[in-house]
Amino acid sequence: MIGFVARRLLQAIPLLIGVSLIGFGLMHLAPGGPLAVYTLNPTIQAQDIERIRIIFGLDQPIHVQYVKWATGIFSGNWGYTFFGGRPVLDVILERLPATLLLMGSALSVAILLGLSIGVLGAVKRYSVFDVLATTGALFALSFPTFWFGLMAIFVFAIELRWLPSGGMWELGEEGNILSLLQHLVLPTLVLALVITATWSRYSRSAFLEVMHQDYMRTARAKGVPPRARLLRHAFPNAAKPLIALLGVEVPFLFSGALVTETIFGWPGMGRLFVDALGMKEYPVLMGMMMFTAIFVILGNLLADIAIAAIDPRVRLR
Amino acid sequence: MSATAAAPESQAGRVWARFRRHRLALAGGMVVALLLASALFAPVLAPQDPTLLDTALRFRAPFADWHFPLGTDELGRDTLSRLLHGGRVSLTVGLVAMVTTVMTGALIGIAAGYLGGIADTVLMRFVDTMLCFPQVFLLLVVAAFVPPTLVSISLVIGLTSWMEVSRIVRAEILHLKEQDFVAAARALGASRARIMFRELLPNAAAPILVAATLKVASAVLMESYISYLGYGVQPPLASWGNMLTNAQGYFDTVPWLAILPGAAITLTVMGFNFLGDGLRDALDPRLRMDP
Repeated sequence: MIGFVARRLLQAIPLLIGVSLIGFGLMHLAPGGPLAVYTLNPTIQAQDIERIRIIFGLDQPIHVQYVKWATGIFSGNWGYTFFGGRPVLDVILERLPATLLLMGSALSVAILLGLSIGVLGAVKRYSVFDVLATTGALFALSFPTFWFGLMAIFVFAIELRWLPSGGMWELGEEGNILSLLQHLVLPTLVLALVITATWSRYSRSAFLEVMHQDYMRTARAKGVPPRARLLRHAFPNAAKPLIALLGVEVPFLFSGALVTETIFGWPGMGRLFVDALGMKEYPVLMGMMMFTAIFVILGNLLADIAIAAIDPRVRLR
Repeated sequence: MSATAAAPESQAGRVWARFRRHRLALAGGMVVALLLASALFAPVLAPQDPTLLDTALRFRAPFADWHFPLGTDELGRDTLSRLLHGGRVSLTVGLVAMVTTVMTGALIGIAAGYLGGIADTVLMRFVDTMLCFPQVFLLLVVAAFVPPTLVSISLVIGLTSWMEVSRIVRAEILHLKEQDFVAAARALGASRARIMFRELLPNAAAPILVAATLKVASAVLMESYISYLGYGVQPPLASWGNMLTNAQGYFDTVPWLAILPGAAITLTVMGFNFLGDGLRDALDPRLRMDP
């Protein structure tokens, strides 16, 4: 197991290097270069830009700049924002809790709901429920998240006035848990829709695959009751592809959270990203690309390790 | 299979028979055909000029006035005409982006799968690296960098979403290149390029076709989202995405301005997704996922 984890960790290193190269390259390919905010601003003089270039180290050869930036990333110095000069990592980390809260609540709802629908569909295959659920999932997967969000605001916030239309708290009620929960409902539903559909599809096919295996028949023959068959025999075997799905889903979760946050004005990382895009805050954009990519690599790593922990066949490969 | 009075014998016949049983896919195919036709004939079908402003005719309700069947927007432009012309823009971007995606993905997939060795390792590690960035993040960064024209938007979407296609194609090529017909072609002295593009590529057509159909759906979705955020198709040119941007401001009074373009996007995405799903079932029954 230790050997497997070590091997898997080593494989992540070239990925990290690749990600940092692409992230770094993108910002240098940007129109106006990494200092676009200044070079595209007519009120800033040429000699001031030259001074800024030297302060940011942009007069040095490109590979020197890359090595400096990359070592900074791994030692916690992610550069400073153009506006306000704050450390980029701090700016990102202060938005992280809001995003994690949204992703966590949406993922919990989606897994709970999707898994139940999928398992029920697999157990009662081709029943009315199963056909409705699989067709419904196909429809849900085609729904544009941002329009679904707009429609949810229209119906539940504007027409019915049941829930707030955006933000995280009511003004002056920061820290009030009840207010937070009210604001969390709609974004959670919107982000959870597509994930629920994916989970119901995957868990249905994972359970169908498992239920016709020989060991299931053996369990039935020796008189294991249905519930125990499902929980003790089918579930651990069906869990493998689902854990893999969890790992693969991290980038989709970030993309979905970005879309949801922009619609609902949720003050998370996605919102930060879109704001930074509008202000040409390249250090923040570059930092966000790195941050999400590291999360994605980490997600895949953890999923692989979890699968290896469940299934010894995987570790020996 | 029931009622096999005249069992189809050709490969195409069998594929069509499998496809036809998939009712949602059939519906999806019809929706796609209708959308393509409406986009093609938009100038003829549109009752008005989509850019014609008339502030005296703002916010007409749908179905109220014969001249504006689906009402007018905040500048008095005809909504139906804008939807039709916007569909033209959105579908063009979707199709061009799909072609870019498929060409890039297929090229890299074939090269990695057939050449193998170091080329395979380098190309696939590059794919892995690109997949580490959440697609919307990558797309928005690049879209914000390039001046938005229809061509650049399509290319940006295409060049940030080819990775899955290359994996699919590579897997197919790895399986195909061990087959006898490839050995035969090699024995006959066919060049590498000939084997890759004349022998292997046509045999990988089925998964590529399925991926292409599904990619149109995701490209239309991506276009609408970046246009909605203002980094895609620019006004006065209408696209379903940028129609939503303006509509959001009048949500509480004239909701249909937001409902209609969104419904058009949803219909398109569903149409292509269902069509792609049906094609997958028909072309490759091994990959079947649903009842």
